[in-house]
Amino acid sequence: MLTLTLKSSLTVPLEAECLSPDVLAPLAHVAVRALPVMLGKRQHRLDDHFTVEGDGSDEIELRGDLSKVKWIGRLMTHGRVAITGNAGMHVGAYMKGGTIEVTGNVTDWLGGEMSGGTIHVRGNAGQQLGSAYRGSASGMSGGTIIVGGSAGIEIGMRMKRGLIAVGGPVRDFAGLQMKGGTIVLMSGAELRTGAWMQRGTIISLKPLKLMPTFATAALYNPSFIGLYAKHLARFGFALPTANGGYRRHLGDSSVPGKGEILVWQPTGIA
Amino acid sequence: MLRITNGKVYDPKNGVNGVVRDVCLDGGKVVASVPAHARVIDASGMVVFPGGVDVHTHVAGAALNFARGLIPEQHRKARPIYHSPQCRAGLAGSTPTTFATGYVYAGMGWTTANEAAVPILSAKHTHEELRDTPIIDKCTCVLMANNEIILDLLENAEFERAKQVTAWQVWAAKAYGVKAVNPGGVAGWKWGKDCKGLDEVVPGYNKVTPRTIIKALADIVDQLALPHPIHIHCNNLGAPGNFTTTLETMKTLEGNRAHMAHLQYHAYGGDDWFTMSSASVPIAEYFNAHPNLTCDAGAVLFGDTVTITADGPWQHLLYELTGKKWGNLDVENETGCGVVPYVYKEKNLVNAIQWAVGLELLLLITDPWRVSLTTDHPNGACFWRYPEIVRLLMDKDFRKEEIKKLPEKVLPRIVLPELDREYTLYEIAIITSAGPARTLGLPQKGHLGIGADADVAIFNERANAMEMFAYPRFVIKAGTVIIEEGELRNSIEGTQFASKPVYDETIEDYLRPLFQQHYTMSFENYPVAEECVHGLEVHQCGACITPT
Repeated sequence: MLTLTLKSSLTVPLEAECLSPDVLAPLAHVAVRALPVMLGKRQHRLDDHFTVEGDGSDEIELRGDLSKVKWIGRLMTHGRVAITGNAGMHVGAYMKGGTIEVTGNVTDWLGGEMSGGTIHVRGNAGQQLGSAYRGSASGMSGGTIIVGGSAGIEIGMRMKRGLIAVGGPVRDFAGLQMKGGTIVLMSGAELRTGAWMQRGTIISLKPLKLMPTFATAALYNPSFIGLYAKHLARFGFALPTANGGYRRHLGDSSVPGKGEILVWQPTGIA
Repeated sequence: MLRITNGKVYDPKNGVNGVVRDVCLDGGKVVASVPAHARVIDASGMVVFPGGVDVHTHVAGAALNFARGLIPEQHRKARPIYHSPQCRAGLAGSTPTTFATGYVYAGMGWTTANEAAVPILSAKHTHEELRDTPIIDKCTCVLMANNEIILDLLENAEFERAKQVTAWQVWAAKAYGVKAVNPGGVAGWKWGKDCKGLDEVVPGYNKVTPRTIIKALADIVDQLALPHPIHIHCNNLGAPGNFTTTLETMKTLEGNRAHMAHLQYHAYGGDDWFTMSSASVPIAEYFNAHPNLTCDAGAVLFGDTVTITADGPWQHLLYELTGKKWGNLDVENETGCGVVPYVYKEKNLVNAIQWAVGLELLLLITDPWRVSLTTDHPNGACFWRYPEIVRLLMDKDFRKEEIKKLPEKVLPRIVLPELDREYTLYEIAIITSAGPARTLGLPQKGHLGIGADADVAIFNERANAMEMFAYPRFVIKAGTVIIEEGELRNSIEGTQFASKPVYDETIEDYLRPLFQQHYTMSFENYPVAEECVHGLEVHQCGACITPT
């Protein structure tokens, strides 16, 4: 077990892509302390900013308000990173496997272009979770992102596969240009959900203001919802499968796309 | 002062073929001898080449910047160049940043490059970017064949005035040569059309055809005595069966000097994408028999890149084929531009043929002085991949191994498997340096004779030509050691060459009212001032030749 505690709060972003089990696991205590990090344009040592306890390990614990620390868990393939506190941009970017847990909030680009592994944030997240970076054709292509709190705009932008589930409210353009995968919105979303979506599924438990380019179809209970309900139950998310149905909306016909938005409709409400 | 000793010297212009001898440099020039206290570089076991010259590349200007903006995903994968006391930070990749372009070219032993497509309207920007492209010397070709002022004059058969306007515009852009891209076709693109054949009337006109434009511009360039011949990107680029258009273009140019740009893209047979084949044989046969022509290969290598050209209609077609990104620019009355990121795939039939055609032309054209090594950077591949092509040319066994990777149905459509020619180091020195320098009309470049510019590349002699040419041991530019033991040690500013043809200054009285009518820019702001071009070296053209 390797424990890193932030010494003092940061005003300038600290780029620390070395904070990943793939980099840290093979290193001894001294080598971990000497790893390079970039504070703005200046290169510093990891121990300029963190107190380091223990040797390199697949189990890493990060403590403190890391909301200015970027790229934690970048490209990681295995192991576990537990963040006690907040984290900054690009947590778990390009990640391929392993687990990242955050007790506080994170900011933008959580799990950007990730292809595997699990990220669980108990607090709120910023914009573009699991999204494609600028210019890329596709966003996350596998793995799971769970956010207990709220999230910003463009979550799952151009995502291809994988699962994003958000407990709190989500802002505009959820699933923008989505190409596949699943987004679960436990508390609904603001405007233009699923804009330009080509394939994939967005499930919302709250009514959505849908765009006119979505065609309303059946009210039903697809069998795969049960599987998601089971999977999400361990994160404390309850996806209903009885006493109502899911209204299916097909779109976005402006692309044209074959995506679906499923909106929960309890029995007795038209 | 510098003496390079014990190296095997390849200097084709002066007939030096692998002779071990000293090369002395002083004051930025090659000299007969230097005093004994001059620094000595011991080049034992190494070969000494004149610095490379790129006759056709796209390294600066509005179109390239547009492409840079369109491909952030490729920049993320690109090799970074870190800030150091010698160099500024930058990125290599498919469209290297300005400073990186200079470092990477010099890092491979190339010291001169011709930016082959500059609209006058973005010439100021281009020259500013070229200033920030360190080490290498630069020159530019200005886009003319779709300039509406010129086209209007040709429509009315006012050849003499068109010549004066061209001369004024070359100097206004501080350009070195004249480029014709898809003559008439880009003007037609403004109407959503194209000019595929040489005798189609240009949309928007009644008489003028691509053939009229090509012939007139070639005559103008010859009569103005510009050092570089008309630089032609033929109509119908990239299309199956386009070799007939290319042959027609070359026939139209009989009696003129001409440089056929990226000939690979213009040498396809077949009727459509499914029947496409190589037509490098008829093209090379015609080319070999006509010494008025020079060309560059425009070879393709497999991998990611981005295509940039003034040929707007072709880029739209390419976008429809890829279905991904596309950028289109309209440059007022002058030209257009299209940008499409592209991946050349080994297993793709069309791409495999393109790859073969580039190499076939290099092998089938018998006179190495008339064919230059290019990839039409970044269209066919990035310029930093030239060493891969050198290896393919020098090693037929390696080439045969690479051919085996192609899809089988390609083999009957290409002639590459039958070609056994192997380039020698002497011939490589011709196609990478001496030949393009002669084509560009730069007598001080591409050789190591006394009085030549002190641009020298020194490579370890190795069996694998790709490794040999990718990492020079020493590169010397204008007498300054730039690369030493494979590391960048110095960065200097390069020269920018421009041509000044002789013209009648009263032509401005004709142009001024046209500007007020048709341009968004005032006439006074249009020309690039001499002070705006850093390191400007002017080639004063001789008196205008009037045909008898």
